Amino acid sequence: MNVRLLLLMLLMMAAPALAQGFAGLGGDAQGFAVPRRGQAPQFPRDHGAHPDYRIEWWYLTANLKGEDGKDYGAQWTLFRSALAPEEKPGWQSPQLWMGHAALTTGTRHYSDERLARGGVGQAGVTLSPFSAAIDDWSMTSRAAPPADELSALAITAAGEGFSYALALDARGPLVRQGEEGYSVKSAQGQASYYYSQPFYAVTGAIAVEGKDIAVTGQAWFDHEWSSQPLSKDQTGWDWFSFHFDAGAKLMGFRLRDAGGGFTSATWINADGTPEPQPPGALEVSPLAWAEVKGHRVPVQWKVSLPAKGIEVTTAPVNEDAWMETQVAYWEGPVRIEGTHPGVGYVEMTGY
Amino acid sequence: MLTQGFVVLLSHWRRHKLQFAMLLLGLALATALWSAVQAINGEARASYARAAAVVGQDRLEQLARPDGTRFPQSGYIALRKAGWLVSPVIEGEKRFGAERLRILGVDPLTLPSEAAQVNVGAADIGLQRFITPPGVFIVSAETAERLKGVETPPLRISDALPPGMVLTDIGIAQGLLDAPGQVSRLLVAAKQPGHARPLAEVTPDLVRRAPPEESDLSRLTGSFHLNLTAFGFLAFAVGLFIVHSAIGLAFEQRRPAIRTLRAVGLPLGVLIMLMVVELLVLSTAAGLIGVALGYGVASLLLPDVAASLRGLYGAEVPGTLSVRPSVWGLGLAIAVAGTLASAASRLWRIASMPLLAPARPRAWSLASERALRLQAAGGLLLLAMAGLTVFLGSGLVAGFASLGAMLLGAALLLPIMLSALLKLGERLSTRVVAQWFWADTRQQLPGLSLALMALLLALAANAGVGTMVQSFRQTFVGWLDQRLPSELYVTTRSLDESRKVHDWLSSRSDAVLPIWNADLRLFGQPVQVFGVADHATYRDHWTMLEAVPDVWDRIARGEGVLANEQLARRQKLKLGDAIPLQAGVSLPLAGVFSDYGNPRGQVMMGVDGLVRLFPDASRLRYAVRIAPDKAPQLAAELRKAFGLPQGNVVDQETVKAFSLRVFERTFAVTAALNVLTLGVAGLAIFASLLTLSGMRLSQLAPAWAMGLTLRRLALLEVLRGAALAVFTMLAAAPVGLGLAWMLLAVINVEAFGWRLPMHLFPFDWLRLLLLAVASAALAALLPALWLTRRSPADLVKVFANER
Repeated sequence: MNVRLLLLMLLMMAAPALAQGFAGLGGDAQGFAVPRRGQAPQFPRDHGAHPDYRIEWWYLTANLKGEDGKDYGAQWTLFRSALAPEEKPGWQSPQLWMGHAALTTGTRHYSDERLARGGVGQAGVTLSPFSAAIDDWSMTSRAAPPADELSALAITAAGEGFSYALALDARGPLVRQGEEGYSVKSAQGQASYYYSQPFYAVTGAIAVEGKDIAVTGQAWFDHEWSSQPLSKDQTGWDWFSFHFDAGAKLMGFRLRDAGGGFTSATWINADGTPEPQPPGALEVSPLAWAEVKGHRVPVQWKVSLPAKGIEVTTAPVNEDAWMETQVAYWEGPVRIEGTHPGVGYVEMTGY
Repeated sequence: MLTQGFVVLLSHWRRHKLQFAMLLLGLALATALWSAVQAINGEARASYARAAAVVGQDRLEQLARPDGTRFPQSGYIALRKAGWLVSPVIEGEKRFGAERLRILGVDPLTLPSEAAQVNVGAADIGLQRFITPPGVFIVSAETAERLKGVETPPLRISDALPPGMVLTDIGIAQGLLDAPGQVSRLLVAAKQPGHARPLAEVTPDLVRRAPPEESDLSRLTGSFHLNLTAFGFLAFAVGLFIVHSAIGLAFEQRRPAIRTLRAVGLPLGVLIMLMVVELLVLSTAAGLIGVALGYGVASLLLPDVAASLRGLYGAEVPGTLSVRPSVWGLGLAIAVAGTLASAASRLWRIASMPLLAPARPRAWSLASERALRLQAAGGLLLLAMAGLTVFLGSGLVAGFASLGAMLLGAALLLPIMLSALLKLGERLSTRVVAQWFWADTRQQLPGLSLALMALLLALAANAGVGTMVQSFRQTFVGWLDQRLPSELYVTTRSLDESRKVHDWLSSRSDAVLPIWNADLRLFGQPVQVFGVADHATYRDHWTMLEAVPDVWDRIARGEGVLANEQLARRQKLKLGDAIPLQAGVSLPLAGVFSDYGNPRGQVMMGVDGLVRLFPDASRLRYAVRIAPDKAPQLAAELRKAFGLPQGNVVDQETVKAFSLRVFERTFAVTAALNVLTLGVAGLAIFASLLTLSGMRLSQLAPAWAMGLTLRRLALLEVLRGAALAVFTMLAAAPVGLGLAWMLLAVINVEAFGWRLPMHLFPFDWLRLLLLAVASAALAALLPALWLTRRSPADLVKVFANER
């Protein structure tokens, strides 16, 4: 899920008020720490923030089913971006925070964002108990010790026309991506620390235009941090997280560039055992395109992983899942059909 | 035919180059003064608008404490956590070198888009540089110029900022303003998600305010600019008098040419069209010159205007002028329109003139007594209107309308008054030359009356405004003496230093009087509230316009407050009225004091009450009483003991000098415009006499033939000019007095909120009379000199020519 590093960078680069501080990100790490092979993330310590790394996020997507029988999707993300590899008190903190929240229904896609400086208490991530928050949006641990802080979460967010409050309970273990959490992302050797919790069972409520709807479903959490993960020729990416009905999970992405692109995937067994796939093992191709908010994006995909006998197609709950944030992208819930039916989330940038 | 006709018309100007120059100059000058005022006002207004728009203050609602004091930023965090989209702003002043800058600290990440006039992410600024110490100062080009050589964070220039204002990061600003963790107010984003907890629950101490409809600056300075505008109008009106008279003369002089053109077959419509085209060309050319000149005048005056606006209102206006198309356009339009309006009656007369009307240049000047009486009736009507407006109307515009009506009415009455005076002169004269002198002057009157009316306007304005300024000055100086009785004024730099300085001074002086103040909004306006100690200094010196008997005892006991005159007048306050100082706290008005030169409302109360009600009041300044001869030494010791800069310990004289300087600057512009207006009027007389002189040969020739030498005739011409100027000044005197009274008793009260006593300055008036006489005599001198050089043959020819 390294792609999200790129997402963050693109977002920040294009946000006019934020551009300068992120220039040069594609180059060296400029004093920031870089991930090392063989130093696996430790919990609960590494649930928290890593201010000496340039970028970091806590990312949650939930595929929900309403009491009305309809499909919904919810996204909750907190990004951290550091102007300098340090933390200072008050407004002098070089840590910047950005929140994205979205709620997708069959007919509408709501999205909103928040920006905040670190150091003054408006946004940040704390441990024991775990809490990631920006303004009134929060992702807070509900776990009772000694259980892992992420084993149970409560998330809330609200924007114009929507809000949600969800309770998440992990039905499986944390999954370290790549080599024990060290996730190599490109041929040049760029990497990030990356782990997921793809086994959340969700209950809660969403509100759409003031109308409350009780929901249940499953959710996928990612936490990733790094400092220099980008390739300069990449133009965008397509990212997939699938919950198969049989209990297994699949994370995969394609980074698009001038050539054939770069794909990567992790198969996660129902018991949580990850099976990282070699680069190129995943094949993705658009099946249908649509015009969304002035952008032409693929809305149906064919995704195959021959090594696991997977050949599925995705169909969006709502074609118009466009994030109208400072830099826009498509992120929304999908239904999966084919050899392994299920639900999931797709994210597409650079269209 | 068309071309020939046009050439014939234009040839007049070739033969009367001076007249042409006068017409152009008159029109250009009138346009220049008008445009100058417009350009200055435009610049100032644009600057206020910029100031008001910075960080969206003119469009966004805000949350602030009712008294405007700073509050901890935890309130900001609490609101964000409660779902409110608000963005913190800290505001304050700080001195950098000699410049006092208004610091505006914002958080670029939460700043609503309506408030983001400056793109902090732009390549030359950059978010990282902006928020990382030492930060970046975003300022106007002018402020950057002023800060040259001064140590500040790196400067970046933006047009969005008014002079004297700095936009910087909130963290940087908190450091500079020595207010860590404090904010002044919160900007409320226009779009709120709508699920937030009620404000009253989250931050009960903050109030939500709609964006002000009019910025405090525009309101404060409105009267100042209206003043300038009125002067611009006056100057333009005076200029139009010149244009009217010059055009009239030109038309009359061209009667023979017009008759000939018509006789050889040029249709009337074409002729009139040609003349209109001629006027359009002339007025456009003059208008262009005028607007260009206007910019020159404006850029000369602007630094003074900017200085007085800063001194008087704290309003920052750039000292350099930018070119505004609207000012150019308006200047040109008003020049053309004014010219056409001045020429309309002439064109009408040509249109209705019989084809072969005799070409008698003299005929037009013999305006009938009936016409004069009609004009006088119009004048009387205007004067009556002026009187009515004063008594019935209210507001600044009514005041100026009344002024205008009075001036114009007096001007219209002038010819009949002069005519009567000259008739009287004629009757009183016994010698034949004297009789001829008066009769001939009277006969010339219609030709000169417009120029004389212009002179009357200029003289009256000069006398009136002069009297107002001098009265103001005299009152102001006297009031300063009373208002600044203390020997030393000390400004400390921090609360801690303030306490130490107070203790240090207590044992070394007769009294240390706190000058502590806080800002509050009272009746919807920004008002300063000062705390005063219970001390004889105030009892003995403070001038009260009205007060309850034991006013100072009541103030000392915290049982009442004082208000300055402008606040009391604006709000129509009476003694005993409750003044709401804070929610639930109001005190009765115990007295009203005069407070000249201060546009803002001010309230005074006992210093204990101030500290109790406004814990955040600034407590840095003191007035020190000590024997005057010991003051310099104490000042030096004080500076040395605390390392206070020179400017933080000032003596009475310095403060007075500073106040007076602000005052002088305020009226520097008025004085300049005054002189220019008088100049235009002088020019008008010169132009009229010059043109008349060319036509007067037929009147002078008989007098010469009967034995008056040319020298004597020329002397009489100069005398005539002087006599007319004296008479005009006599007529202008009462108008000037009326004007001064209206300025002091009506306009000042409306504009500034204070009423001043009127003082008379006979020497100023005498000087003005001499100036008028000198300028009229000078204007007559050149034509008179020409007369003495005439050859007898020219004069004899008058009798030969058929007329």
